Amino acid sequence: MAVFAFYLIAAVVLVSALAVIMARNPVHSVLWLILAFFSSAGLLVLIGAEFLAMLLVVVYVGAVAVLFLFVVMMLDVDFVELKRGTLRYWPFAVLVGIIFAAEIVLASVIGTADLASNFDASPGADTNAEAIGQVMYTQYLLLFQMAGVILLVAMVGAIVLTLRHRPETKRQNIAKQTSRRRSDAYELKDPTPGQGI
Amino acid sequence: MSNYVESLGQFWGPLLVLGQIALFTLVLLLSIAFLLLLDRKVWAAVMMRKGPNVVGPFGLMQSFADFGKFLLKEIVIPAGANKTVFLIAPILTCTLAFAAWAAIPVAPGTASGTSWVISNLNVGVLYLFAISSLGVYGIIMGGWASNSKYPFLGALRSAAQMVSYEVSIGFVIVTVILLVGSMNLTDIVNAQEGGIWTWHAFSFQHFPLIIVMFPMFIIFFVSALAETNRPPFDLPEAESELVAGYQVEYGSTPYLLFMLGEYLNIVLMCALMTILFLGGWHGPFALGEEFVRDHPFVNAFAGLFWFMFKILFLFIMFAMVKAIVPRYRYDQLMRLGWKIFLPTSLVAVLIVSGYVAYLGVQS
Repeated sequence: MAVFAFYLIAAVVLVSALAVIMARNPVHSVLWLILAFFSSAGLLVLIGAEFLAMLLVVVYVGAVAVLFLFVVMMLDVDFVELKRGTLRYWPFAVLVGIIFAAEIVLASVIGTADLASNFDASPGADTNAEAIGQVMYTQYLLLFQMAGVILLVAMVGAIVLTLRHRPETKRQNIAKQTSRRRSDAYELKDPTPGQGI
Repeated sequence: MSNYVESLGQFWGPLLVLGQIALFTLVLLLSIAFLLLLDRKVWAAVMMRKGPNVVGPFGLMQSFADFGKFLLKEIVIPAGANKTVFLIAPILTCTLAFAAWAAIPVAPGTASGTSWVISNLNVGVLYLFAISSLGVYGIIMGGWASNSKYPFLGALRSAAQMVSYEVSIGFVIVTVILLVGSMNLTDIVNAQEGGIWTWHAFSFQHFPLIIVMFPMFIIFFVSALAETNRPPFDLPEAESELVAGYQVEYGSTPYLLFMLGEYLNIVLMCALMTILFLGGWHGPFALGEEFVRDHPFVNAFAGLFWFMFKILFLFIMFAMVKAIVPRYRYDQLMRLGWKIFLPTSLVAVLIVSGYVAYLGVQS
């Protein structure tokens, strides 16, 4: 049963990953990418790493890929034009492909041949989440916090790059708006006919 | 439950799960039909109208008449639309809305510590969070594939809104997870056993925390309104600005699927609030331990009743909000999410984790 599920999900991952680079429409590419992420989460569930699987879906599919989709939908890029340029770099593409293929072959030959059967997704704990928490907040605390700081720096950098002070923009002051009373907004006059105010 | 399923073997086990899924789907579909009517009736009552009252007694069959009409209409696909994505979007919305229910425990099991649930996941809360974060794709795909201005604007708005409010929902969920020490929904409900004061919205067993947890419940309720695109946060389909937002080009069965998904998500959010804050299947008064042991089935059905009762209560609250509160402006919505809810819930996470670390009763 599990083996059948593995081959099914792995096939979906491969096909959708292939479709990411084959699709002509960039939005379709992103949608295929989302399917690839989602199916990879399925693979993680199969080896018992359910916490990682859910995190993959929440972080990558629920947040990162939404941003991808946003950007791709909003950008008016001529992808045919872009693709024509990329053909010049085919030797690099081939090189990277060969390196990847070699790594996979090496890993499957040298590494444990049968990963799924002797893999423990939650060593030393009841659940996957506990096992991750126990090493992440003790052994790898420094690395974990460094990763956080790096992300913070990236965020600050992005804000600094895009923030512009435009004095002509009208800003809203919500406190001022909500504290506005009827007496501030208008006053009643009682003009005599024919005279005006 | 899962042990029992495994004991049934290769053939009957999966068949039982399939049966559970079919039962859940049937019950959900039937309840949605009447909840839709309830929604409209409450809305009408607030406005001193009668609401739908023609089909069947008191208009009870209205949803079925609507259903038939949706099914029989022709599916119109705009000429410039991206056909596949256009049709996948509503199916995705509906499927995800159903999929989330697999992890919802609806009643206590007959053995202690178990529950009636299709899949008792250890990461149940995260699963629900993940599935609801996927819900945005149905909307954004539908809006984009329609190849039209208003749907696209509606989709963009909706995506930004849902992503924003997911953040505060996430932090509110974290406070509950911290208190319980588990992400299993059954454990979360069982941690609130013992009457109305032990529900997380009041949390008298963690006494001073009511100051934190009750506001968290309110924040979750408001965020759930925004997450499900309900009024007063229904900006994706603000009819005065965007006609009907991402649904403009949809009609017939695809529209039915969108609406079904939307209402399923609302009921799901009600169920999630019930589980996280209102004690799930526990009644407002504790049944004696002996009684529970002697009458497990009475306990289970009483639990089922309380669970549905609480969902119904929250759903009526949702409907009332729709009728009473005027629609927010988009900048107000974003301000509420990012500048008020996010800092508040972040501080709440700090307080609760401090409480659990230094004052908490559990390890």
